[in-house]
Amino acid sequence: MTIEVRAVEAWTKPIPAPDPVSAAFWGAAAEGKLLIQRCPSCGSRQFYPRAMCTTCGTDPEWEEASGRGTVYTFTVIRQQGAEPFKGEVPYVVAMIALDEGPMMMANVTGCAPEDVSIGLAVRAYSVEVEPGVGVVYWEPAEERP
Amino acid sequence: MDSGVAKSDIDGYLSASMGGGDSESPASMAEYLGVDHRYIDGTMTGGSSFEFHLQHAAAAIRQGLCETVLVTYGSDFLSRMGRTLGTGGFGREGQHVQGPAQYEAPYGNTLVGAYAMAARRHMHEYGTTSEQLAEIAVGVREYAGLNPNAMYRDPISVKDVVNSRLVADPLHKLDCCVISDGGGALIMTTAERARDLRQPPVYVLGAAGGQTHWHISQMPDFTTTAAATCGPAAMAEAGVTPDDVDTVQLYDSFTITVLLLLEGLGFCKRGEGGAYIAEGHLRRGGDLPLNTDGGGLSSCHSGMRGMFLLIEATRQLRGQAGAAQVPDCNIAVACGSGGWLSCIGTVVLGREHP
Repeated sequence: MTIEVRAVEAWTKPIPAPDPVSAAFWGAAAEGKLLIQRCPSCGSRQFYPRAMCTTCGTDPEWEEASGRGTVYTFTVIRQQGAEPFKGEVPYVVAMIALDEGPMMMANVTGCAPEDVSIGLAVRAYSVEVEPGVGVVYWEPAEERP
Repeated sequence: MDSGVAKSDIDGYLSASMGGGDSESPASMAEYLGVDHRYIDGTMTGGSSFEFHLQHAAAAIRQGLCETVLVTYGSDFLSRMGRTLGTGGFGREGQHVQGPAQYEAPYGNTLVGAYAMAARRHMHEYGTTSEQLAEIAVGVREYAGLNPNAMYRDPISVKDVVNSRLVADPLHKLDCCVISDGGGALIMTTAERARDLRQPPVYVLGAAGGQTHWHISQMPDFTTTAAATCGPAAMAEAGVTPDDVDTVQLYDSFTITVLLLLEGLGFCKRGEGGAYIAEGHLRRGGDLPLNTDGGGLSSCHSGMRGMFLLIEATRQLRGQAGAAQVPDCNIAVACGSGGWLSCIGTVVLGREHP
């Protein structure tokens, strides 16, 4: 296990619907593994998972990522009309550049929105929101004093 | 009717709509309008759809697939959905989300948030400021004051923009477009046919499109759009350079959208958009007046604004823009952005036959 799996009491946010390609990603995240795809032919890495390499078209393979990354860019959502997010403002939506290269969207939690900056080192954790579905979050990599 | 084309002359039809279902599909719309076409296209790239339509229609007319094209757009977005587009979220409570959206929906991003991430990255890389972005909203509002149909017409200052509440950092309320109902239509035909019509013709000098991603989380570089490729391509086809352009009608869903398009189109260097805007080029009386109808930021935005860019560029080139008329307007560029800075379409229009 490379990323921590945390419990969730009740999940009311939108739920990813696993499909033949994404099921492996969500399932792994629920078990503490962050998966990306790597092309066995050209070596390109990609996220989100697809049935083909976007560079050369070959069937990609799964690769376990380190769960480490940095904030590439972010915003603080302060106005949001949709439940349950409405009750959580302000919160951070960020693009995380994984150490392995690809980027993914996620929330950065575990610190005040004011403490998030571009370049901040972050680490992944996941929350199992349904059996076999782990949603990945990120938090600052260093413990705050 | 405005153009003097008889309805029976229309033999090509293009349209796009957002969230309207089958009843707003191009085929259904053609039936409703009673258009007997031999060429139809419903390319849907979000707000830039109509720049792509113009490109496709021009090619179809040149190819002889049709002679006279109608492009339509109508939206009751405000009436139907209220002001939920920008900050309503992309997934409902407890909903199972399929497709690429499943990798974004759990995180509660908003449409404003997507553009805010681009603005934040541009500020980080180039030192762009909120005040520079605000200049865009201030200039466009000045033009809205000249348009009796604009939603917001009272002048605003840079201070008003940066002091308006943050919706998604670093974008403030007045960095965001309005939400409205709206619609428009345009007719395209051969230059020969256009000569005898009621309105002075405006010529398509160049048109090009491009795409870098669709979902915002797939944007390869948050400070570069496909305008960087399709802008120069459209201008090369037209045989013009940015210096030749008299007015720009740019997609202003947000202030940052304008800045990224300006840089992509080559009106300033990459990263220098903020300084360029602060120099006042885009203001009324400047050398490159922007969104002379009041834009999406102040006049109207019904979800897919690309149609209005083409209409306003045409009004300017015909000399029919009233108090907002740009003097000696010969070349206009319309550039639409669809999705989340995803699909960009650039059109160069001219007053004189090329």
